Amino acid sequence: MTLYGILFYLISAVVIAATAVAITRQNMVHAVVYLIVSFFGTAMLFYLFGAPLLAALEVIIYAGAIMVLFLFVVMMIRAPSAGESAFAPIQWVPAAFFCLVYLVAAVLMAFRSPGMNEPLKMLSASPRQFALYVFEYHWFSIEVVSMLLLLAVIGALNLGAGRKAGVDEERSYRDKTPQSVED
Amino acid sequence: MLLWVAGFIILLVKLTIVLGVVLFLAGYLVWVERKFLARLQIRLGPNRAGPYGLLQPLADIVKMITKEDTVPDGADRAFFLLAPAVVASTAILMFSVVPFGNDITLLGQRVPLVVTDLNIGLLFVLALSSLSVYGVALGGWASNSKYGLLGGIRGAAQMISYELSLGLSLIPIVMMAHSFSMVEIVEAQKSYPFILFQPVAFLIFVVSAMAESKRIPFDLPEAENELVAGYHTEYSGMRFGLFFLGEYVHIMVFGGILAVLFLGGWRGPFLPPVVWLLIKIFLVALFMIWVRGTLPRLRYDQLMDLGWKVLIPLALINILVTGAVGLIVH
Repeated sequence: MTLYGILFYLISAVVIAATAVAITRQNMVHAVVYLIVSFFGTAMLFYLFGAPLLAALEVIIYAGAIMVLFLFVVMMIRAPSAGESAFAPIQWVPAAFFCLVYLVAAVLMAFRSPGMNEPLKMLSASPRQFALYVFEYHWFSIEVVSMLLLLAVIGALNLGAGRKAGVDEERSYRDKTPQSVED
Repeated sequence: MLLWVAGFIILLVKLTIVLGVVLFLAGYLVWVERKFLARLQIRLGPNRAGPYGLLQPLADIVKMITKEDTVPDGADRAFFLLAPAVVASTAILMFSVVPFGNDITLLGQRVPLVVTDLNIGLLFVLALSSLSVYGVALGGWASNSKYGLLGGIRGAAQMISYELSLGLSLIPIVMMAHSFSMVEIVEAQKSYPFILFQPVAFLIFVVSAMAESKRIPFDLPEAENELVAGYHTEYSGMRFGLFFLGEYVHIMVFGGILAVLFLGGWRGPFLPPVVWLLIKIFLVALFMIWVRGTLPRLRYDQLMDLGWKVLIPLALINILVTGAVGLIVH
């Protein structure tokens, strides 16, 4: 086994273990942190496969931005304490069923796909190559997604502006009737 | 094999020198800050340990290492112990992509004067700065204290808000340099520094990076007069020191990245490249200390308004204008 092979199995083991720990933790903050470790491992796998840009984006977007929002919410809510389960036992049945389906599908894919015994060539895509490829063959999807994001930003700005006026009204109302606040 | 060993040794030497210089300068930045702030407030500042108080950083380190390392009751022990390390290590790691000179030839081998020239250098910096949020948020949460938790939540909200404008302000630079690599960005500023062409991006970057470093006027996560010390209220000894080390290394990283992206990096006449880079870092650090000594703290709604309603739209418009000008010129 090459060095890359060893690294691949090592990182994959860390990713799987971290994800498994994440979904079994009672403490929600711990679960979030293990999920971050899992995303971090995924980013390292991307880097190992020769996609440094995707690795960086995985860390910036998933580990660095989305999980911060999760952590933000989880830190402020009071999670159920250890011992009391979040789900009714009957709800485990469909979950277990879907897990089994995915497991069987994954095992079948891993052992029956024709390219299993051919080692892949070592490749590396610099950000420039990646960008050229994406903008040459997938420019339309990129344009659609960026329009969507731009609209979302403008919408958010608009909402924020509306909210601000409301706050000012409330504040001036409160200033006029200080007794109610004192009481 | 011999070449490989030589490369490895060169890498180790570079790492040792960069780490040593960065940590040494971070220690003395504390001294510079205390002295300069004192002059701004018409006092003397540290003046007992050594001439001009020059041994003060050493005295501080001895004090912090010999203090008891306490963990409060009810704290989440593992996270509480790890959080300061996250803050300090992400700040130090960011320095590994800052180039401090042109390639030199040593014993017939080309040695690039940067710890590692990643082709995603700029994204590496952004990724690490987004990870440093966890040190603040988890440190505050794990302390099991109201002040800590409030500081951590404020820190997380502030840092993810300003990360957006920080990242957006750098896109015009990437558009002009045609690369994410810090070495190539310096290379692209051979004839002129980017600050001449991107003054708006420069302003947005400076404001957002100051907010990311959580210093006055953006120090709401540790606001003394409402939150005691915010996310590091419960910390003592060297773990508290690590939070501070992270802050001062962050100032230097900020100076280094500002120099690389807008001020031409290590380029400059007469003096050697490393000296120019250090001069630029020092000037940026002085500017930040000056701001700290001058401005009052923002209110929370002002902070969020500035980030979301001023800086982000401005950065987006700046990207559009840069793109349009680029299209016309080519």
